[in-house]
Amino acid sequence: MRKFLLFFLIIFIGLVFIGRLLYLQIFDPSFSIISERNAIKTEYIYPQRGNIYDRNGKLMVSNQPIYDVMVIPQEVKEFDTLEFANLLTITPERLRTQLDKAKIYSPRLASVVVPQVSKQEYAYIQEKMRKFPGFYIQKRALRDYKVSGAANVLGYISEASPHDVNTNSYYEPGDLIGRSGIEQQYEEILRGKKGVKYLQTDRFSKAIGPYKEGVFDTLPVKGKDLTLSIDMELQEYGEMLMQQKRGGIVAIEPATGEILSLVTAPSYDPSLLVGRKRSENFTRLWNDTINKPLLDRSLLATYPPGSTFKPISGAIALQEGVVNKNTKISCHNGFSYGRRGRMACAAHASPLSIVAATAQSCNTYFAKSYWWTIDNYETPQEGMDSWKDYLASFGLGNFLGYDLPTGRPGFIPSAEYYNRTYNYPTYKWSATYTLSNGIGQGEVLTTPIQLANLSAIIANRGWYYTPHVLQKIDGNHIKDEQYTVKKYSKVEEKHFEPIVEGMNDVYNYGTASFTQIPGIEISGKTGTAENFTRINGKRVQLTDHSIFIAFAPKNDPEIAIAVFVENGRWGSRYAARIASLMIGKYLKGTVDRQDLEDWIMENGLEEEYAKEQSGIDFKINE
Amino acid sequence: MSAKNLPDWISILIFIILVVFGWMNILSASMGENSSFHGFDFSEIYTKQAVWIALSFLLAILILMIESKFYQRFSSLIYLISLLSLVGLFIFGRTISGQTAWYSFGSFSIQPAEFVKASTALALANYLSDIQTDIASFKHQVNAFVILFIPAVLILGQPDPGSALIYAAFIFPLYREGLSEGYLLFGFSVILLFVTTLLYGSIWVSLGVALIIGSVLFLGKQRKHLLRILIIGVASILFSFSVSYIFENVFQQHHRDRFDVVLGKASDLKGIGYNTHQSIVAIGSGGWSGKGWKEGTQTKGNFVPEQHTDYIFSTVGEEWGFIGSAGMVLLFVFLIGRIIFLAERQRSTFSRVYGYGVAGVLFVHFTVNIGMVIGILPTVGIPLPFLSYGGSSLWGFTILLFIFLRLDADRKQITGS
Repeated sequence: MRKFLLFFLIIFIGLVFIGRLLYLQIFDPSFSIISERNAIKTEYIYPQRGNIYDRNGKLMVSNQPIYDVMVIPQEVKEFDTLEFANLLTITPERLRTQLDKAKIYSPRLASVVVPQVSKQEYAYIQEKMRKFPGFYIQKRALRDYKVSGAANVLGYISEASPHDVNTNSYYEPGDLIGRSGIEQQYEEILRGKKGVKYLQTDRFSKAIGPYKEGVFDTLPVKGKDLTLSIDMELQEYGEMLMQQKRGGIVAIEPATGEILSLVTAPSYDPSLLVGRKRSENFTRLWNDTINKPLLDRSLLATYPPGSTFKPISGAIALQEGVVNKNTKISCHNGFSYGRRGRMACAAHASPLSIVAATAQSCNTYFAKSYWWTIDNYETPQEGMDSWKDYLASFGLGNFLGYDLPTGRPGFIPSAEYYNRTYNYPTYKWSATYTLSNGIGQGEVLTTPIQLANLSAIIANRGWYYTPHVLQKIDGNHIKDEQYTVKKYSKVEEKHFEPIVEGMNDVYNYGTASFTQIPGIEISGKTGTAENFTRINGKRVQLTDHSIFIAFAPKNDPEIAIAVFVENGRWGSRYAARIASLMIGKYLKGTVDRQDLEDWIMENGLEEEYAKEQSGIDFKINE
Repeated sequence: MSAKNLPDWISILIFIILVVFGWMNILSASMGENSSFHGFDFSEIYTKQAVWIALSFLLAILILMIESKFYQRFSSLIYLISLLSLVGLFIFGRTISGQTAWYSFGSFSIQPAEFVKASTALALANYLSDIQTDIASFKHQVNAFVILFIPAVLILGQPDPGSALIYAAFIFPLYREGLSEGYLLFGFSVILLFVTTLLYGSIWVSLGVALIIGSVLFLGKQRKHLLRILIIGVASILFSFSVSYIFENVFQQHHRDRFDVVLGKASDLKGIGYNTHQSIVAIGSGGWSGKGWKEGTQTKGNFVPEQHTDYIFSTVGEEWGFIGSAGMVLLFVFLIGRIIFLAERQRSTFSRVYGYGVAGVLFVHFTVNIGMVIGILPTVGIPLPFLSYGGSSLWGFTILLFIFLRLDADRKQITGS
């Protein structure tokens, strides 16, 4: 025993130590984390965010340098407070409180004394800076908007939220991140890649040199420049026309699917969301729940398309062979069906073929041809699903897939939807239960950009490229197959001709004839959508929405457009006027119909919108 | 030194590994502040240590060359001279951070306490190997303890309680030579009472003691030891209360704080527990294989104070990871085990007692130092043998070890009681 005591003790202690080391080094990972946090400081070098240009090379967004005056309290030597305060154009008291705050935050780390001094101030201050040790000027970059419109397309940037930081390892607290529009959609291309510098720090968090001689450091990669398909002149013109109205305009180049303009109203100046007043402005926009300026109506407004839906309804009937271009359907201010059903129609000549029916917007023609389309199948379920398939091939009833971060799918009912609604098979349903689909009422819902795309498909006689706003990255055309591969609708090319003719007649003698632009062959279609709201829990009908789709020139289309004006009463009243002005502006570069423009500019809808908020009874559609 | 009397090469090899590995870690820890190697400028700590190491090799060779009989014959003289060197400190010594423990010659200082361990071991070995000494007799026990107490008290007076504590290590040779188990049991009880008192207070400890004594008396029916057991109980309770009293009234605040941190009663990571916390973080961040030599971020950032001296093991832990630090622990265990093995094969009592003294001193240093660095013992400032920076410490341990290796090499010639 006497020989072994020390021997056992040393082995025992050895085991205890190894056990403790196992715990510290292997089983408890927290020490590595603490170690990294307190011994290695990471510094980021932010590259410049990419510029954004419009389709004509006009600079829309670039960067502006801003300058923060910074201080490291422990390096400050005695200085003339008054002189320095004057230099910074702040009061000496303010300077003193800022210095005290900085000291409380940390004597060794930098704090901001005066944020965002202007370029002119910077040049002036910089000259005298060496007189004030401990202070220095830090350059940062902010977005610089060269245009006052297209805020919904451009989007904005803001500080990364805790959620962004937690879900994406790229972002650190305080980093900037694209928050909507192009800034969000193409965030990774625009932002580039920040450079990283790892610094070894001592126990006072003071950097004492590069960590591992900088082998882990990376250089920043500059963000790429984007060229958008937006025509800024057309965009601004659209925004002007939409003043004092709510709604949206979507214009697409049919041959490419490029979005020429994407107007939402009301909107805001993108410069509001930059700089010292950003947070105040953002709060104001965010809290405006009446006008909703942050809501992109061109992408998100979902309404029944109304009569603008008739051309496609007719095209499907032609493809199904239930009518041909000579088939005439008679209409006597509407028609009756089933036991009690009746669909009304405006007074016009009768019977009409598809061309004239389109021009006259005959409800009877499109409701009946829809009915026959559904009944062309053995069961209404099969007919309904076939019809839905047709519409899906036109990009309806689902997200369109364009390159902006918000959107809605709209709605196209399926057989299953009606089975549920009518409790099939306990109760049966048939085509007549769903007749209003044929004229764009009923269950069908679309967004303005879907309607614009529909217009582009008709313009192309059956095909389209997915609409998109990005044209080039650093001067190179995009190659993303999502936007460079043609998509075909399930209606053959030949069936579009009578539709196009009919839509042309809308301008020649039909519902929009008064908005003709001399020298341009336009095809278009008006639409009116009923709409409702809830006031104090009661469903109340509001003045109808004014909708219009069009493309021009008829035979070699360069622009397809959808216009939608909330509570604009009927299709031709607001939307057709705006569509014609936009088409004229884009194709000719000038405004030929100053009278139309004057009318649009003079007839704001503020009074109409005030009705809903007024709290008193009001009448609609007058 | 004839061919058949070669010193134990295994111990020498471990000595060299420890010293060289120690230097690598000192290099890492001492260049931390500027993060670069500045060549062998003599103002750099690692240069100085390289010189101490080179000199320690010369010293080792010198010790091995001296006739082994010399050590026994002159042990008393050596002991006396070393005690005088301690006494001289009170007159000529230089005070560094509150401790008068150094003789200063220009920029060069020497700490005599580091050498007294070896001389005390020699003196104790000499006394116990005397034919007339009987460790079972109380009088001789007192004599033996006096040999240990004189240097311990002188060192305590510097004041350097950590270094004084080392003399407890000589309980191991005494026990090996026949000292009663009672002393060990007594020592163990004292430590247990001390720690539990600090943790739970003397009231609870007294209750616990009373409970144990009561149940021993009641269940054991040991009527004949009644008085003795009662005395032990009362003494324990008195001790517990006096510990409380001393802790509160005699100890200074920084002593109390150190105990509180280790006992988990306080966890002020920035203040008193800072050293221990940073040391644990450094070691813990090493992981399996460490961050690599000279790559320790905690070491470079100078987070652990005194890292090149008492906390050198935290650099080992950070830069060499579990593999390196556990390897280091095993190497120490093996070295001490080897010395015990060598001590047991001695024919002379002198050599055996001295060997046990060496093993005991290394054991206490190893346990107290690493125990402190990995945060399971209170902060006691004593170096890790062969690894920590410092010429006196390195030479002290070199002398301690190599005298024994010389004695062991000549074991067949040295006979005696």
